[in-house]
Amino acid sequence: MVADLGFFALLTVFLLALYGCAAAAIGIWRRQPAWIGSARMATLLSFPLLTISALALIFSLINLDFNLEYVASVTSRSMPLYLRATALWGGQAGSLLFWSWLLSAFASAVMLRDWRRDRDLQPWVIIVCMVTLGFFLSLILFFENPFLRLWQGVTGTVWTALWQPAGAQPYAPIDGNGLNPLLRHPGMVVHPPLLYLGFVSFVIPFAFAIAALVTGRSDDRWIRLTRRWTLVAWLFLSLGNLVGSRWAYDVLGWGGYWGWDPVEIAAFMPWLTGTAFLHSVMIQEKRGLFKHWNMLLIILTYDLVIFGTFLTRSGVLSSVHAFAQSAIGPLFFLFIASTLIVSLFLLSRRWQQLKSETRMTSLLSREALFLLNNFLFVSILVICFLGVIFPLASEILTGQKVTVGPVYYETATGPLWAALLLLMGVAPLSAWRASTARTLGRAIWKPLLISLAVVLLLLATGMRNPGAILGLWLSAFVFLVTLYEFWRGAKARSSNRGENIVAAFWLLVVRNRRRYGGYIIHLGVVLIAIGVIGIEFFQLETQGSLAVGERLELGGYSMEYVSLAEFQTADGRLVDRAVVNLYKDDQFLRQLYPRRDFYFESQQPMNIPGLYSTIESDVYLRLVDWEPVSAQSATFKVYLNPLVNWVWMGGIVFMVGTLVAAWPERETVEMAAPARFRGRPAEARG
Amino acid sequence: MVIIFAESDISHMSKAKLLHPTTSSIGRNKFLIGGLVILAALLYLIISAAAAGAQFFYTVDELKARGSEAVGKPVRIAGAVLGDTIQYDADTLTLTFTIAHMPADTQLINDDGGLVAALDAAVADGSRNRLDIVYVGVKPDLLKNAAEAILTGELGENGVFYANELLLRCPTRYEEALPGQAR
Repeated sequence: MVADLGFFALLTVFLLALYGCAAAAIGIWRRQPAWIGSARMATLLSFPLLTISALALIFSLINLDFNLEYVASVTSRSMPLYLRATALWGGQAGSLLFWSWLLSAFASAVMLRDWRRDRDLQPWVIIVCMVTLGFFLSLILFFENPFLRLWQGVTGTVWTALWQPAGAQPYAPIDGNGLNPLLRHPGMVVHPPLLYLGFVSFVIPFAFAIAALVTGRSDDRWIRLTRRWTLVAWLFLSLGNLVGSRWAYDVLGWGGYWGWDPVEIAAFMPWLTGTAFLHSVMIQEKRGLFKHWNMLLIILTYDLVIFGTFLTRSGVLSSVHAFAQSAIGPLFFLFIASTLIVSLFLLSRRWQQLKSETRMTSLLSREALFLLNNFLFVSILVICFLGVIFPLASEILTGQKVTVGPVYYETATGPLWAALLLLMGVAPLSAWRASTARTLGRAIWKPLLISLAVVLLLLATGMRNPGAILGLWLSAFVFLVTLYEFWRGAKARSSNRGENIVAAFWLLVVRNRRRYGGYIIHLGVVLIAIGVIGIEFFQLETQGSLAVGERLELGGYSMEYVSLAEFQTADGRLVDRAVVNLYKDDQFLRQLYPRRDFYFESQQPMNIPGLYSTIESDVYLRLVDWEPVSAQSATFKVYLNPLVNWVWMGGIVFMVGTLVAAWPERETVEMAAPARFRGRPAEARG
Repeated sequence: MVIIFAESDISHMSKAKLLHPTTSSIGRNKFLIGGLVILAALLYLIISAAAAGAQFFYTVDELKARGSEAVGKPVRIAGAVLGDTIQYDADTLTLTFTIAHMPADTQLINDDGGLVAALDAAVADGSRNRLDIVYVGVKPDLLKNAAEAILTGELGENGVFYANELLLRCPTRYEEALPGQAR
């Protein structure tokens, strides 16, 4: 019953999406606002209906309605409640539903804003959102329906169908397949939603960009309208990627957090174009430059989002043939190709109108450095994209599959990341329009000099790795420049207005949220960079078999094998858990409990490392093997990951910075005003 | 420096521009050259990195067909693990096992009846080409009979494949695409 309700709600939204597109189109064509109002209502209605659909699926998941094929494939009796509910995004069909639900939520939220100044844009925003929604819903309805039921015929064969086939009885397995144990981790509970939130919210700025292109509005209105959307989308995407790394670090058991896997890169690529976009729109707002470029970036981001959704949800990259065989592969490809072609066509039609209002004059000006920043991000994107399609392309072109591994990505992107760090230090100090080596030099020499002291310090401590020294020097440089910017701003404020320095500092940030929020993000990036340098260049590892009482040494730590116990848990695991004493310089620190869980249900083992985390490094201890029964000896693998926690700390700083930058400024005043005045002050200002 | 102003530039020229006059054709060339330098650098980076990081992906048959020519070159290879051959010396962390040829082409795998059947067929069929593997490191949990091993390393003179990276793909009941577990 509940599932039927969910299915019909889904079907209704699909029809509504079709209707919404048509109504908006008629409204534009006949210039009748009533049609557009109707299209708006259809958009608004899609959200509650999809909520019903998603809730129906969640209800079925929680109640383990194994008659539904999807429920049987992603849940099992032994799974706790929260995992059953979050199995909504545990499989392809549910993920697509979740994706659509988010899109309907965002499209509805956009419809609720005040459109009086932007009436011409509204129908096009509706069309873009509804076309995207309709595409995803058609995939769900026709290819990946989570509401399909299992039926058993008289001969005992089981098949899936939506409605009861003649002579068949409903069938429900006694237990479901369950969720892959690797996904039963808090990181995996929040990682997909964060990523999807990021993915989906990028549809909104894209919709506004297309609306601006179609209606020929060449100003930066669409950018201003979607600035906060973009920031929030970008925040979710960043957090999604970071949480995913944390999951890999905790679960995959190879002591790392990022493996340049196509699935990871798929989520990373829209982040790259999104980051470039966030930077270059500032130049359009300030100087009227880069209009074509910004359009290109948002179009690319949108299609990379679709590509990413598709890639993370199917194994198509393993081979050309796998791609053709998955039912939705060619459809995704078709959708990406057609949206790309249509968008680029629209852009070409408006090419003349989108000419820059001014011209760049100096290679060292702030806008030129932003352009360079964009080049670098797009270059990294190109490298990633080539790497992802390399096996496919080589197989098509030469018949021989050639793959590229982490070495390719690291060598190719490494120098570009370093260049980006350098820019992050230089750009905030360069002036708009005209900036010469001399003016820039005057602004830069102080932080540069101090940062060189860091290099001397590193050399004095015996560090000789040129890559690491370069990276840490650049990190120090950016850090100092950023602090210097805060200091300069606060000092100027305090001497101009007579505020004390603390108040001046606070007001500086609060009054210029975008700028100083951006700087806080830069500080977060520096912390992440330091963490990455630490683990990339200085990770230590060792391994060995230890008898009870024996020790393994690594980087000043020693690990003593104490005992191992084997026991079963109520949720169907066989756990082998070792007890290891951790010492630093012969001083007892604590016990670590690396373990291996064997899931009976799926016959799959999972390794949970013993972790000792400090700001300086992580001791990451993995139980590899042991002598059965007696447990007189056991084999361990140990990683010492220096500075890895800086990555996660940087992530938090990064988040704070983005929130500061995205926090509403003027609108807060409007919200406080009585409802009937709402929106008017903004109109008066405009 | 030659100073050439375009008409439009003069009309809304600011004080800053008058003080630092650089614009028009010279300015444009500057950006063009800068762009070309960056493009060249990017191209160089990609090509050199691809040369360093690219690995041919062979099946056991393909590797055997290349014979001594393949010795000592970094390649990737995939095959089905023979469970009986797995030996692990926990003291030296040396793992040895043998893989049997299985087709890389999904079409052929599907003709065999899917990945599980293809792996089972590869293990059962004694006439297929086989390859001995040596890997030093942690023994992955997923290493078992009829798992698909994807190895990176090189073929030694003695016909044994020395792997420095070992990834395993198990036919699971789960549909998610996950990054490889062991390395």
